[in-house]
Amino acid sequence: MTSLAEDAGHEASPQAHRARKAALSDRARAERALGWRLAGPAFVIMLAVTAYPILNALWLSLFNYRLTDPNARSFVLLQNYVVILTDGLWWTAVGITVAITLITVVVEFVLGMALAMVMNKIVIPRRTLRTVILVPYAIITVVSAFAWKYAFAVDSGFANHWLHTLTFGAFPLTYDWFGGTWSSLAIICLSEIWKTTPFMSLLLLAGLAQVDSALDEAAKVDGATFWQRLYKVTLPNMKAAIMVALLFRTLDAFRIFDNVFIMTGGSQNTSTVSLVAYNQTISRAEIGMGSAVSVLLFLIVVGICVVFVKAFKVDLAQVKGD
Amino acid sequence: MRRPTAVAAVLAVGVTVGPGLAACGSNQSSAGAKPTLTWYINPDGGGSDPTKKGQAQIAKECTDAAGGRYAIRVQLLPNSASDQRQQLLRRLAAKDSGIDLMSIDPVFVAEFAEAGFLAPVPRNMVAGFTKDTVNAAIEASKWKGSLVAVPFWANTQLLWYRKSVAKAAGLDMSKPVTWEQLITAGRTQKKTIGVQASRYEGYVVWLNALIAGAGGKILLNPGATADRVKLGLDTPAGKAASTVIQQVARTGVGGPALSSTTETEALNLFSNSATSGFLVNWPYTWAALPTNGVKFIDDIGWAKYPETVAGKPSAPPFGGIELGVGAFSAHPDLAYDAATCIASPEHQKLYMLGTGNPAANKTVYDDPAILKQLPMAALIRQSLEDAAPRPSSQYYGDISTGLQREFSPPNAVNPRTTPAAATDLITSVLKGNALL
Repeated sequence: MTSLAEDAGHEASPQAHRARKAALSDRARAERALGWRLAGPAFVIMLAVTAYPILNALWLSLFNYRLTDPNARSFVLLQNYVVILTDGLWWTAVGITVAITLITVVVEFVLGMALAMVMNKIVIPRRTLRTVILVPYAIITVVSAFAWKYAFAVDSGFANHWLHTLTFGAFPLTYDWFGGTWSSLAIICLSEIWKTTPFMSLLLLAGLAQVDSALDEAAKVDGATFWQRLYKVTLPNMKAAIMVALLFRTLDAFRIFDNVFIMTGGSQNTSTVSLVAYNQTISRAEIGMGSAVSVLLFLIVVGICVVFVKAFKVDLAQVKGD
Repeated sequence: MRRPTAVAAVLAVGVTVGPGLAACGSNQSSAGAKPTLTWYINPDGGGSDPTKKGQAQIAKECTDAAGGRYAIRVQLLPNSASDQRQQLLRRLAAKDSGIDLMSIDPVFVAEFAEAGFLAPVPRNMVAGFTKDTVNAAIEASKWKGSLVAVPFWANTQLLWYRKSVAKAAGLDMSKPVTWEQLITAGRTQKKTIGVQASRYEGYVVWLNALIAGAGGKILLNPGATADRVKLGLDTPAGKAASTVIQQVARTGVGGPALSSTTETEALNLFSNSATSGFLVNWPYTWAALPTNGVKFIDDIGWAKYPETVAGKPSAPPFGGIELGVGAFSAHPDLAYDAATCIASPEHQKLYMLGTGNPAANKTVYDDPAILKQLPMAALIRQSLEDAAPRPSSQYYGDISTGLQREFSPPNAVNPRTTPAAATDLITSVLKGNALL
């Protein structure tokens, strides 16, 4: 956040910046040189590990290029993009990914907000509570995916037995959760929600802590109900934190891979966009087609960022909490 | 002012990253020292423990037998065949000189050979590698007419059954049985048939055996380039195979979670004494049943793989492992020397006894120790003779994934539409006109 804020500050006043440059003192110059020496290596590494791969993927996406047949590599311009955008599999994957993103982010937001409010109010076992709530987030996604898969598996799982008992035998013991699209997605979403709600609640808690309690008390004195205070006082005052939380989670959710890969491997029409990219690049070693899918995924993610920043009308420079 | 700083920054990056990268590829032995050959092995019962009669033990014995000329070090590959391929393929595409020997699934031999990832087999060694070896294993180790890998062990599936269930259903197991008979028996006796129909390579193993059993072939022109590949799916054989899958799914004899059943789930299904009836699975089943806590071992029988079409001899699945020598290895001659030791009949016997994985060499099956431990050894050998390998193609990965996608889930398989849809998908994918 800090670097974003500073960047925005610089852009806001180009004239001042130029004026300062003209009258650069020896000390300022020395400071700048020191700044480059300190931040330079990190800057170079960032360029090497992010800008280069992205540009390389863009370049490769214009080729028909299979890793096992490098000699047959040929330039095909935008052919890969045409194939992807006219393929039903891509659109199914986009639809499934959007569905997973919407469902998980909305549920996580509601649950996360509730947990954040509880954590904000409770004083006594504060540290213990926060640690306990964070436990699922500390578990590796692949491990949690396996845990949920085994829990709902027909042969080794306990979930069916519990549901069977709880419904007094109405729920079939042999229900195959991973045998259909929607039942598979239900487990995938559940696992995703279970794992990342803590992250959401932690980000929201940070925003909640910034809301001035005097505002809340004033509203209380004026006779506002709990819901009125939540909608009119608390939420508007933590808009920036909500945006950051929703943005981070939406981006993460849109790139969902592990849960689907472990639980269904994309069968029953549960392929997500990342899984399609993985299948082309890693399984098929079709570097060109895979790069094109990745570039499209990247563009969608950039699009989500733009939409969020525009829709929330939040100046990220103000997130610093002043 | 700025330039020296930038140069220093780049140098700093180089200094920090450089040694780390170099460490990854440091497999070269220093001059004069004994060369170390790295053998990438698929996980087996022995793991990387050199005393557990797995590939690790063979590596140790062959190191000792080399008399100081080389040492063999094993590296474990991932569990599934697809993941093994991925790891080897990415390393080989980057011309990794650290791969001297590798255990590869027969279906990937063609892809690796076509890509130039396998060092050529020395001419004078071909006869030794193929002597007394089952035909399917030799065929699976060839690409475009010449041997490119060394047959090591050869796998096939048998039909495992509960004697009591077969008897109650009135099946004469001394004669070949058909899938139709098994499905009827499973339905009337309310028992299961363990098959592999999850969306993975094992499903293609089943499909290939069904199609080959009906006299058909998935791939009509092995070795063809991507735009010329011709598939034999939309044929009477392909339809007969689809009908079997459809019937297993519809009648529910494949178990409650057919669409996610791999070898493990199928074995678990067969281990359940209340519902177990039949199972098609690899010979490791025999050793796995007692460890699975099965008490009815005496009630278990074995027979040849079921027929797709009554009266037409079945074509059991073929699997196993071939040894490949990496094309970028610094010591291909030593690696082939090591392969001779690894794939020797003595080591194939040791491996078969230790892990239950059947030998590719026919002479091993006459050994008294083998007959004692595996009473079905003669049937395994016979099944290997009749086994039908999966398609040999440099695009096998795409063909297999396409089949898995169109034939999944099994309860949606329709003999009239699925084979045609799979043909369309695979041909468009190979022409670069569709995603997979």
